[in-house]
Amino acid sequence: MKIHEYQAKAILREFGVAVPNGEVAETPSQARAVAQKLGSRVVIKAQVHAGGRGKAGGIKLAANPDEAEAAARAILGMRLKTPQTPPEGIEVRKVLVEEASPISQELYLSVTLDRVRSTLVVMASEAGGMEIEEVARVSPHKILREWADPALGLQPFQARNLAFALGLTGDLHKAGVTLTQNLFRCYLARDCSLAEINPLVVTQDGRLLALDAKLNFDDNALFRQPAIVAMRDEHEETPLELDASRYGLNYVKLDGNVGCMVNGAGLAMATMDIVKLSGGEPANFLDVGGGASAEQIENAFRILSSDRNVRAVLINVFGGILRCDRLAEGVIAAVKKLGVTLPVVIRMEGTNVELGRRMLAESGLNFSSAESMGEAAEKAVALARAGR
Amino acid sequence: MSVLIDKATRVLVQGITGREGSFHAQRCREYGTQVVGGVTPGKGGTTHEGFPVWNTVADAVQAEGPNCALIFVPPVAAADAVMEATAAAIPFIVCVTEGIPTVDMMRAKAFLKDRSCRLIGPNCPGLISPGKAKVGIMPGHIHREGHVGLVSRSGTLTYEVVHQLTQRGIGQSTCVGIGGDPIIGTSFVDVLRLFQADPDTRLIVLIGEIGGTAEEEAAEHITRHITKPVVGFICGQTAPPGRRMGHAGAIIAGGKGTAAEKMAALGAAGVTLVKSPAEIGSTVARVLQR
Repeated sequence: MKIHEYQAKAILREFGVAVPNGEVAETPSQARAVAQKLGSRVVIKAQVHAGGRGKAGGIKLAANPDEAEAAARAILGMRLKTPQTPPEGIEVRKVLVEEASPISQELYLSVTLDRVRSTLVVMASEAGGMEIEEVARVSPHKILREWADPALGLQPFQARNLAFALGLTGDLHKAGVTLTQNLFRCYLARDCSLAEINPLVVTQDGRLLALDAKLNFDDNALFRQPAIVAMRDEHEETPLELDASRYGLNYVKLDGNVGCMVNGAGLAMATMDIVKLSGGEPANFLDVGGGASAEQIENAFRILSSDRNVRAVLINVFGGILRCDRLAEGVIAAVKKLGVTLPVVIRMEGTNVELGRRMLAESGLNFSSAESMGEAAEKAVALARAGR
Repeated sequence: MSVLIDKATRVLVQGITGREGSFHAQRCREYGTQVVGGVTPGKGGTTHEGFPVWNTVADAVQAEGPNCALIFVPPVAAADAVMEATAAAIPFIVCVTEGIPTVDMMRAKAFLKDRSCRLIGPNCPGLISPGKAKVGIMPGHIHREGHVGLVSRSGTLTYEVVHQLTQRGIGQSTCVGIGGDPIIGTSFVDVLRLFQADPDTRLIVLIGEIGGTAEEEAAEHITRHITKPVVGFICGQTAPPGRRMGHAGAIIAGGKGTAAEKMAALGAAGVTLVKSPAEIGSTVARVLQR
């Protein structure tokens, strides 16, 4: 799960990580009031779940409250398009108004999972303000990594090493050690999957500040993080994905016109791949899970067929726990109830497959069946092309 | 022969009175696996569907001496269940549970370290040695005894591949689902090593997916240590970057973990790559005839 920068900064503040003073605003007049209160030059930052905001015009400097109001007016309501947003952009509904910090140095600090070592890794670099993947590619020697087991924690010597790698000395080094330890503590306590401060800045008056902050969370741990769940901003999710998440369905919208419904993540990805190999484009990833109920199948079908780009539906199910007759029942019910006229190609295999096939054949609905994945994909792609 | 499990495997099911645990304990027993019973804290001393139930793994070990634990405990307590089985000196643990918090799994894996215990999963279908034993949730009837070793991060995609093999009369020695989470107990490399040493496995099928670098590590190992033919497929060739595709571990992050990179690495290691998931069975048949 992702949250906004202003929410991430509130959490960091809770853990003793210094962030610039500021508040979130939803209207230009609120932005003016915050700027007035801060009484300094301010930065107005668009709050969307995507990076690359500065280049896209989502971050503006303002010298006084008048300028702050004007900047907020320009940013609020705009559709921000960055390399990390969908092509149509994301509507900006909130801005963060912060005191502008005079920067003398931009650094990088993060905590994340190291999958290879099955442990946490803290990364520090003097090359802040640019993407860490880029730093890793161009100048890998500029990144120091310290690995820490969650049970043992990050040791003080490791935090010192990281702060030295940031080039910090004297009091700033001490501040860096504390900040690193606090960031690590935050990562564990809030079940993060990424805690990134980029840039971490040294100000001209000698303070260490998290100028930007990104916290992502482990979806599997949300059950014990109610305060994080409460920060979910549903406006940042596409409506169909939001709808699917309410029914426990894994759905990712894509740009093609062949709607896919599959059980299991691997088979769902493989089905997308074979649609592409057959000359078509998948409209979505959709995993209905191993033990989907008739209700889930009905909702899955409703969601994928309400994507207006979809011209044909491909259902590929390998019934293990999910029986083929139950699948057939759910699909027939959904098509009848929703009045769907899209052509549907069904390929199923596994438990009770004969019964399921008979139910589909006798339903009198617009179903074509296929014996193999390859045949199913070819049929669905041809139907999608014909229906364009 | 087979790897990891056979007719001598004695399985203890943790979470046996839950819906999934109960259902699959019975399916495993029907397949012919020796299921000695199960554990549900608080229900010790009762029986469930003919299985004895104990309060703790330690009690079950004392009574029946199982050499394998199969875990269906819900995500909130599954990592704890893994550690309980480890502490009771069960040498082989299969965790099916999906949705375990990453930090919990890191702790469990640290707990396992330096103990002579192997964990498969979590978030996996388990494993099967056709005709001998099934320790997992896969439909048993689609398998056939034979000489192809299969290792995969996926569940239903594995069933699909098994189906393609069996349809062509190609049997399997053992099929291992290692799981779709970012932190898992047994890697591709571990299973490749076992298949290489198993005289009954003549060809290895490796099914990978986007995210992480497990396939790249497998490729490196294949180059150096695997002399048996390997057929490989990577799913997620059309997956967009930055989006989690169902499995917690299936995500292209920071431009890394793409299907293209993985296929390039496996190809360079001499693996016969299959582009279309519909052609895995026919490719295996072709390679076997060489």
